[in-house]
Amino acid sequence: MKSRLSLSVNGEAHDVLVPVHKTLLEVLREDLGLIGTKHGCELGECGTCTVLVDGEPVLSCLALPADLGGREILTVEGMAEGGRLHPLQQAFAELGAAQCGYCTPGILVTAKALLAGRPTPTRQEIKEALAGNLCRCTGYTKILDAVELASLRLDHSGLTSPNVGRRRPGEGAPTANETDHSGLTSPNVGRRRPGEGAPTANPT
Amino acid sequence: MMRLPPFTYLAPRTLHAAATALAEHGADAMPVAGGTDLFPNMKRRQFEPKVLVGLRGIRELTGIRGRGREGMTLGAGTTLSAVAAHPEIVAHYGALATAAGLVSSPQLRNMGTLGGNVCVDTRCNYYNQSHEWRKAIGFCMKKDGDICLVAPGSSRCWAVSSSDTAPVLWSLGARVRLVGASGERVVPLEALYRDDGIQYLTKQPGELVADIVLPPADGWTSAYLKLRRRGSFDFPVLGVAVALRMDGDRVGEARIVLGAVASQPRPAPDAAAALAGERLTPELITRVADLAAGPSKPLDNTDFTHPYRKKMTRVFVARALRALAGLPGGGRAAEEVA
Ligand SMILES: Cc1cc2nc3c(=O)[nH]c(=O)nc-3n(C[C@H](O)[C@H](O)[C@H](O)COP(=O)(O)OP(=O)(O)OC[C@H]3O[C@@H](n4cnc5c(N)ncnc54)[C@H](O)[C@@H]3O)c2cc1C
Ligand code: SF4
Ligand code: FES
Ligand code: FES
Repeated sequence: MKSRLSLSVNGEAHDVLVPVHKTLLEVLREDLGLIGTKHGCELGECGTCTVLVDGEPVLSCLALPADLGGREILTVEGMAEGGRLHPLQQAFAELGAAQCGYCTPGILVTAKALLAGRPTPTRQEIKEALAGNLCRCTGYTKILDAVELASLRLDHSGLTSPNVGRRRPGEGAPTANETDHSGLTSPNVGRRRPGEGAPTANPT
Repeated sequence: MMRLPPFTYLAPRTLHAAATALAEHGADAMPVAGGTDLFPNMKRRQFEPKVLVGLRGIRELTGIRGRGREGMTLGAGTTLSAVAAHPEIVAHYGALATAAGLVSSPQLRNMGTLGGNVCVDTRCNYYNQSHEWRKAIGFCMKKDGDICLVAPGSSRCWAVSSSDTAPVLWSLGARVRLVGASGERVVPLEALYRDDGIQYLTKQPGELVADIVLPPADGWTSAYLKLRRRGSFDFPVLGVAVALRMDGDRVGEARIVLGAVASQPRPAPDAAAALAGERLTPELITRVADLAAGPSKPLDNTDFTHPYRKKMTRVFVARALRALAGLPGGGRAAEEVA
């Protein structure tokens, strides 16, 4: 069953005729030639295929284009503006936050969504936001540093100032339980001990 | 590439239309909400429905209504992110917000729904594998084979109920509204489950979970603790949900429900009964934690050894109770173990 779909990707409308069982990841890479979005586990276990749908990070390997009519999709190709890198991309390049680079597109868009809602996140908030993106190379420290650097630059440039302090209700705010039992939900990004928790160690 | 098998996709706008489509296509059809459980399973060829009935376009399935004081109704299509962040849920049904916020990863919580979480497939090391892997080992009775590879002499499948929210909803006394082509019914959430790794739900295949209904939170407090190897991504290999209503300084009523130790959430009624009418002293907590470990009978088919998971049941029940009693040593959900 093929269907004709109109997808809005990086601000451009695309008409595609694709089998309905192709995932958004497959359509982006194979039909639209947007190979910035990476293809990792294909099962929801790595986060490298993350794109933004109406500003929210979702996994393109588990999304059906048929559900996305009328929604705005953003991939890493849509981050630079007018030939200028996004401050996150700039900071990643400067600080060496990308090594092999395979996780980078997913992390960049996830971090972009974080900074849109919370221009000056704490390090813990950055870890939590990136808890769904695995990186096998960097050890995460430089990724966290780069997101912090970009956040400072964006904040000082005044670009996001209208949003400062406009935390959405309940969004990421510590929940009652988190305050009660400190550390309850802290994801362990960057705190993984060597050799532990390799993405394929457990069948998931 | 691990691709989805072909299917026809229907995107009804109303619950009634969805239920009608499911009834019409019978065993060929399955509903899909966020797809975060079903799509990986379809890629591994654990399900190959000819027709998928997408629930994402159904308005009446989303939304959170009501308040803690009078009870709340959560649409089955509500995302886990929305459940975890909802101020009224955080304030009055704390364990539910915690459990929803501990499912998998942020991206998956933006996609995955509460209804899908309640219906999530059971899990087993011999089942959550690619088709090639399962073929190489000769398949098992949950899909394509006829024996159980965990308990070879067994006539049933022991795959593990792995929902984070189900034990919590059970402990909170939640009810579920089920809608089928020929009508609807409301059942206690616990009536939805059966201790069988294959037929783990009692609802008819054509019935949809429409809402989850929470009773008034009146005086109840709750906690949820989850055991898994990593602090993100991983399913629970033990979940402990505790809900308490205090009467002054004594426990009025208590419920303890364990996740990931059987093919359905498993209550610990003896432990809960031992709490009633008592003060939450450290001695009582130790005794109740021992009692709660009784019904915890994990098998060797998930991450970590099963004796360890059983032992951790006691530890987690004690921690949850200490947290609710305001005693030191409560807390820490996602245990890391080297
Ligand atoms: C890497 C990874 C990690 C995960 N970790 C966790 C975890 O830690 N804890 C956890 O609990 N889950 C986990 N999950 C599973 C899944 O993401 C969640 O359970 C999620 O809530 C499922 O919701 P969904 O809407 O995506 O369900 P779907 O995949 O759409 O559906 C799941 C099942 O429920 C049925 N269904 C869905 N909605 C309805 C409805 N309204 N009525 C009747 N049937 C329905 C579908 O037919 C299907 O059988 C994980 C998944 C992945 C890929
Ligand atoms: S418990 Fe047995 S039958 Fe069930 S999935 Fe595991 S190996 Fe297969
Ligand atoms: S490729 Fe989508 S999560 Fe790994
Ligand atoms: S830079 Fe290689 S996976 Fe992250």
